[in-house]
Amino acid sequence: MNPTEILKTRPTAQIDEFQPGDTVTVNMVIREGDRERVQAFQGNVIVGRYRDDKIPNPGSTFKVRRVSYGIGVERIVPFHSPTLESVKVTRRGKVRRSRLYYLRGLTGRHARIKERR
Amino acid sequence: MTTETQDRAEESVVADDIAVPEAPESMPGLLGRKVGMTTVYDDSGRANAVTMVEVGPCVVTQVKTEQRDGYQAVQVGFIRAKKTNMPLRGHFERAGGTYQHVQEFKVSDLGDYEVGQELRANVFSLGDAIKVTGISKGKGFAGGVKRHGFAGGPKTHGQSDRHRAPGSVGAGTAPGRVWPGTRMAGHMGDRRVTTRGLSVEGVDPVKNYILVKGSVPGARNSVVRIEKQG
Repeated sequence: MNPTEILKTRPTAQIDEFQPGDTVTVNMVIREGDRERVQAFQGNVIVGRYRDDKIPNPGSTFKVRRVSYGIGVERIVPFHSPTLESVKVTRRGKVRRSRLYYLRGLTGRHARIKERR
Repeated sequence: MTTETQDRAEESVVADDIAVPEAPESMPGLLGRKVGMTTVYDDSGRANAVTMVEVGPCVVTQVKTEQRDGYQAVQVGFIRAKKTNMPLRGHFERAGGTYQHVQEFKVSDLGDYEVGQELRANVFSLGDAIKVTGISKGKGFAGGVKRHGFAGGPKTHGQSDRHRAPGSVGAGTAPGRVWPGTRMAGHMGDRRVTTRGLSVEGVDPVKNYILVKGSVPGARNSVVRIEKQG
């Protein structure tokens, strides 16, 4: 037996199934002073996937990349974080590898991902 | 740790049914088995590395008194033994079982204990400061770089065979020998190690484990001694 099996923890968030290349909106609860609000972060999944029939390990994360005001921003999100509220897929992307680090070197039109249908 | 606490709340309802006995207040620690490590989140979303330790059930095998033994202590056994020699079997008779691991804990109030009593994870409570003693993982015969953190030699500039060399081990003709205790290559690990300053991040008296914040000496399934600290 390992601790993960014994604790049987699951992500508390509502997570859509997603794959690398998908565009997702990550909603996270952030605390401002004594007020809580939901902050959305929209971008491409560059590492990580989620399937309903596979519970991710407690320490596992996924990476979302977006270009904000001309500056690339990547966010590493733990699946099990209690501050993660939901992950919504807004667009399915067609990519040929599992880690899209090549996007870091590309800008503008070159950094586009084809839509999967 | 929102889900964590909820899970535990539900389990404690179950706990009332199986009736986990109250743990004596004066018990300073227990023996346990390292299960492995995982990640647990607190409410602010901070990830903590925790070690799961299965604590007990430990059974009191002897109560040592001031008059008879010269000091006060409780002797506990952990993990049932399949084979035991005759003298030990006699010793364990009243405890109702033989055990592989037997250790003593000094205790302030002996009134709480009787031979055969079972001690479980609820000896510990959330937030307790603890130290954990175990046998560290054996590293075999290790060189100076791994064993003592030596820097090794230069990687470049025409070096050969000097990359992980220990360097000089002493002066020349005087003293003409190597000082005792000079740090050199040798057997590393597989010795008794105590990690202090740990804390209890979670307790489940039914499944009988605690979560320790941080890491604990030894391999998975190895026996460790957990003691509360001041």
